[in-house]
Amino acid sequence: MAEQLQQHILDQLSSTSSIQDTRTITIPGDATPATSQDSQLIIQGALNSLLSREMITYTTQESFAYGLTPEGNDIADKGSHEAVVWSVLPLKGHGAALSIKDLKAKVGDETAKIGQGRAFKNGWVGKEGDGLVKLTANIDDVTRNELTEIRETGSVKAGEKVIADLRKRKLVIQKKLLWFTVSKGANYSTSSAKLETDLTAEMLQSGAWKTAQFKKYNFDAEGAPTMGGALHPLLKVREEFRNIFMEMGFAEMPTSQFVESGFWCFDSLFVPQQHPARDLQDTFYVSDPPQSLPPPQEYYGRVKTVHTTGGYGSIGYRAPWSEDDSRKLLLRTHTTASSANLLWRLANRKGGFKPVKMFSIDRVFRNEATDATHLAEFHQVEGVVADYGLTLADLIGFMRTFFNKMGIENLRFKPAYNPYTEPSLEIFAFHPMLNKWVEIGNSGMFRPEMLEPMGLPPDVRVHGWGLSLERPTMIRYGINNIRTLVGHKVSIEGVEKSAAVRF
Amino acid sequence: MPTVAVDKEDLYQRLGKVYTTEEFDHLCFEFGIELDDDTTAEVEEAARNGQPTERPQLKIEIPANRYDLLCIEGIARALRVFLQKDKTPAYRLVFPTGGEANLLTATIAPETAQVRPFFACAILRNVKFTPRSYASFIDLQDKLHQNICRRRQLVAIGTHDLDTLKPPFRYEARAPKNIKFMPLNKTKEYTAEELMTSEKHLAKYLPIIRDSPVYPIIYDSQERVLSMPPIINSEHSKITLDTKNIFVDVTATDETKLNIVVNMVATMFSEYAADQYTIEPVRVVYPSGKSVIYPDISSRHTTARVSYINGCTGLSLKAEEIGTLLQRMSLIAHPSPIDPDNLLVEIPCTRPDIFHECDIMEDAAIGYGFNNLPKTFPATGTVAQPLAVSKLSDLVRREWAMAGWVEVLPLILCSHDENFGWLNRVDDNKTAVKLANPKTAEYQVIRTSLLPGLLKTIRENRKHPLPVKIFEASDVAFKDPALERQARNVRHAGAVWCNKTAGFEVVCGLLDRIMAMLEVPRILASDKKAKHGYYLLENEDPTFFPGRAAKILYRLKGNPPFSSSQMSQSPLTDTQHPTGPAFVTSPTGAEATKPSTFDNLKSTLSSVLPSIGSSLPKDLDIGVIGILHPSVLEKFEINFPCSALEFTLEPFMQEITPVWADES
Repeated sequence: MAEQLQQHILDQLSSTSSIQDTRTITIPGDATPATSQDSQLIIQGALNSLLSREMITYTTQESFAYGLTPEGNDIADKGSHEAVVWSVLPLKGHGAALSIKDLKAKVGDETAKIGQGRAFKNGWVGKEGDGLVKLTANIDDVTRNELTEIRETGSVKAGEKVIADLRKRKLVIQKKLLWFTVSKGANYSTSSAKLETDLTAEMLQSGAWKTAQFKKYNFDAEGAPTMGGALHPLLKVREEFRNIFMEMGFAEMPTSQFVESGFWCFDSLFVPQQHPARDLQDTFYVSDPPQSLPPPQEYYGRVKTVHTTGGYGSIGYRAPWSEDDSRKLLLRTHTTASSANLLWRLANRKGGFKPVKMFSIDRVFRNEATDATHLAEFHQVEGVVADYGLTLADLIGFMRTFFNKMGIENLRFKPAYNPYTEPSLEIFAFHPMLNKWVEIGNSGMFRPEMLEPMGLPPDVRVHGWGLSLERPTMIRYGINNIRTLVGHKVSIEGVEKSAAVRF
Repeated sequence: MPTVAVDKEDLYQRLGKVYTTEEFDHLCFEFGIELDDDTTAEVEEAARNGQPTERPQLKIEIPANRYDLLCIEGIARALRVFLQKDKTPAYRLVFPTGGEANLLTATIAPETAQVRPFFACAILRNVKFTPRSYASFIDLQDKLHQNICRRRQLVAIGTHDLDTLKPPFRYEARAPKNIKFMPLNKTKEYTAEELMTSEKHLAKYLPIIRDSPVYPIIYDSQERVLSMPPIINSEHSKITLDTKNIFVDVTATDETKLNIVVNMVATMFSEYAADQYTIEPVRVVYPSGKSVIYPDISSRHTTARVSYINGCTGLSLKAEEIGTLLQRMSLIAHPSPIDPDNLLVEIPCTRPDIFHECDIMEDAAIGYGFNNLPKTFPATGTVAQPLAVSKLSDLVRREWAMAGWVEVLPLILCSHDENFGWLNRVDDNKTAVKLANPKTAEYQVIRTSLLPGLLKTIRENRKHPLPVKIFEASDVAFKDPALERQARNVRHAGAVWCNKTAGFEVVCGLLDRIMAMLEVPRILASDKKAKHGYYLLENEDPTFFPGRAAKILYRLKGNPPFSSSQMSQSPLTDTQHPTGPAFVTSPTGAEATKPSTFDNLKSTLSSVLPSIGSSLPKDLDIGVIGILHPSVLEKFEINFPCSALEFTLEPFMQEITPVWADES
């Protein structure tokens, strides 16, 4: 039918060159012209199809007509409320008056209530005793007549005032009616042959492409989705960090050691045994296996001494020491446990200490209550630079270059406390969207009480800094709930759709 | 980090200046404390709405080692010195009339050694409190209790109205049933036993001494209880706004913290003594007969090298200049008359956070201003280098993503059931590392397989159109009794396909693809001659559907074919055992500097299989592949068939000599 209609329109254009009003068209198979809105929408479909082939052009016109509401329809069918009331009453003097109660029972509460008043006003009915009677044998139900006229013609001769009144009574509504004016298009022809949609191998072989007519392409339409897989957004940010470290000459540290001992995770870093970070509240301890093997004996002795009685110029913590605490197994709370191990190996390597720049990005664990921004697991990004004669000014200068590579220009540094670094600096960046300074990482120079027991020369100084991988990623992707980024609740579709990362 | 709320108007009055919030924030930032909140706007808002209001407060975050900044008195004092409006106060001990002989005394009974051996006291004379300074005094004790005292576990403080007591005092430890007194804010006497059972608000402190046969208790000469540390003080000696003479008792489990805490309470509130910054000491007699006068508020004298401070900071300051910077940080420093490179530094008792020259160096740097330091860059020239394991897993991740699979990132920790029972695997107690104190059942073990996380991810993505094809290349961990930390991480690669049909061939194709990219040829299981390659060997494995499960075996290059029965003898890799795969791996972490390919594997194998050198070696069992068993799917609430693949990446790592390796 659609093609017949298109052909019908093209044929009509060949004789009249334009169709002023599509309401004059009679759709093939119909008996009367397409005046209804539904018919016009069918015509519009045909016009769009022809338009896409540039066979026609058309402009949309609109006009307004009036139609009935359900209540209006009801009145047109059965008569107005007042006429219904009038019709059930006995003519005065021809029977007993109808009580209000009986009227309600006959015509319903709603009609009785509205109809009574109007019937009185029109002088159709009157009171007799407690009941009502007809005062006139014939009435002219104007409302019903007007509504019937509107239903049939879309308007009423009586004029706008009547319509306004009926609209106020919610019996009539205005309807928008679309119709079209059609003229010939650039490719007008009376033949509506189907157009080609795509160039095919057959066309190339047969040469049909030279004469074929192609359907106009909609360049606003989205292309077909691609089929490939996707890498996880957090790990894309990890790669970006790895690139930054690589650009700056850093070697990656081994961190494949989720399980650490109290010794490597805390003691070796000069974190006192009574430090709150070692509480059950903050750290996951391991029940099986029960404890670590003894740490390297000599080194362990030096660490214990520097904690309990001092040394290397330090007075130490002078607090009780428990070997059990050193040998407790736990899930590392920071990758700095691995860094400490590596610095110790570096101090004791054959050939002696050599300057290094090292980094790691790996999972760490905190036994904290989880919420929208904290999980029990997250990734720590860590950098370590060890060399003779490094300075605090170097550390700050280095941090500026490092964060500039992430596009963060405006930095400032706050003195802070960290048991294994002195000085310790919190790194703040000005966040232009939040319009305030936000903490983006921690840094410092490792304490001599940590480095010297390892056997590092006293003039070797070590910079360390760290930040979480999740926080910059959440900022990058505008994520508020960390569970939508890390863990099994992550949406696979979200992974597929997350944009590439370019700091 | 502790946060201290101070009265804003009082603080600004003490500092002699009304700051804007921005100005004060900047001052805090430079000094190393952090303005967390200024409640002025909140208070004004409440006042506009006709609600009752408090005075505006500043909430200030204090570094965890600066106990001297836990009250408004300490913060104001330190900032005035930092602003060079004052010198560091000189705290003094003042003996009572008649001198040292007339000191009040306290005796420590030997039984206290069983529970809380250290005891110190101090007296503040003729104190005049205001309601706000009184509140601050109470709040400082609370802050100390919550921080250095570790919720009273290590140290506990009691403060008393000295005029209600009669010295000498006795610090004893008695059986709970022999202790009876009226505790603070109570109207009747309780035995220690009753207190331990009836008082809910004390519950958090009870475990500190509950299991001890004797409880610490302090008496005066009239057998009146001062307090039962670390639990509660007595009603009798409680201090009020009108208390004039304050007796401070401190009990501790170590002497260092004992001294720090008694010094903090005494020095901070000596400000309110009629003779400002004076403290009356107390003689404490130990069971050994040794007598000590507390508090010991003497400064610690040390030295700091000008060359060290300049060398560490990147500055070139003169000794006098550094001295001035240190004065701003409440240290007293003068150039040494003998050695021009030395500063003589006096550390007041309020700065127990200073252990080492480096702490003095940091104070000089703060005094100078971290943000004023010269802009330099370390000259350290080094060569970048990735880890072998990272290079390899990145290769796998990229290849699999290019093959159309989606990478997911489940957690490392999981429940015991997820790791074992739900996969139809039995825990032999030799594989998985178990946690002692998880807050929820989600975190009971470190996963030994990537499958639970992959399956949970599929469960949570029911709405994703089929097929679902996800992978992960990440670490699992196994117990390893040979290693210092008794466990090691192993890098696995795993993938799960979920669709209307199980599609074994799909995950098999994924394996074939990555092996092709690693240049490992596919060989037949029956091929005994091939030098190098991988093959599948049908295997009964309860995680998988019967007849649709196989082991993945790997024959290393340049190594004769292995016979295939002995592998299962390994205590680490008993793949016959229903615990499921704990694939052959090389040690990593501390041992990762060793060559990480065949030599390493061989050494691992010979350590667990002493016979390996002499008898026939075998192909490496590197993983599993198969259609997941419907009972596994049911446990993970997955309604569609799945095929899965998991294997260790360790045999495929390419050796990289780390930059920190020994010199040959």
